[in-house]
Amino acid sequence: MSLNIEMEVKNDVLLLRISGELDHHTADELREQASNAIEKNDIRHIVLNLEQLSFMDSSGLGVIIGRYKQIKQVHGEMVVCAISPAIQRLFDMSGMFKIIKLEPTEEFALQRLGVA
Amino acid sequence: MKNSMNLQFSALSQNESFARVTVAAFIAQLDPTMDELTEIKTVVSEAVTNSIIHGYENDPDGIVFIQVTIEDNIVDISIKDVGLGIVDVEEARQPLFTTKPDLERSGMGFTIMENFMDEVEVLTQPGKGTEVRLKKHLHTSKMLCN
Repeated sequence: MSLNIEMEVKNDVLLLRISGELDHHTADELREQASNAIEKNDIRHIVLNLEQLSFMDSSGLGVIIGRYKQIKQVHGEMVVCAISPAIQRLFDMSGMFKIIKLEPTEEFALQRLGVA
Repeated sequence: MKNSMNLQFSALSQNESFARVTVAAFIAQLDPTMDELTEIKTVVSEAVTNSIIHGYENDPDGIVFIQVTIEDNIVDISIKDVGLGIVDVEEARQPLFTTKPDLERSGMGFTIMENFMDEVEVLTQPGKGTEVRLKKHLHTSKMLCN
């Protein structure tokens, strides 16, 4: 019942595949790892693949908004893909899609940012 | 038939998943849908996280109390702390409101609870603690199985 984070850097795009459960307990880990990767690799854009994420609550929303704010400073974009209906409800409820783009698959998300 | 359970644990973030999984396991006997189970796990996670972060400000000596009662298809959940309490509940329940933006809190906890449950009641007293009472009518019925 923990979080697993897989990261890949493609040019100025950080691809994050997160699996498991994203709550207040595991959010710190994601914040730290993603934040460091963004700074170290001069990241502008983020693709968040949530296909294997089995649980998320508002702490997850908080850490995602935090990373969005981080890349917004360098005029970057955030694209979320492969989201489950349950987690999409949380995104809808909090108006996340006003700032974050949604794509059905990782391939589409990477294409959108020109690194497919 | 009425059935209830009580749970209490230290205000540690690693107990958030323990709490939501345990409540979900207890409710499973009502044969809820996957959506209903996810909703209940999410609201338990929200209220327990609030108690840990806001009620006890991450003091692991704090204790979080959960009581769940099921009767027919109605689930009643009480999640309580004896921590700091909330000064302005109306403000706390507003979408996106948070007292801790520096901790990257989204301010969506109560909004999610209100969306996923039929009733959300917040009883709080500054300096005494907070109890969140959540009620949900499940749409499944075991009667068809007999």
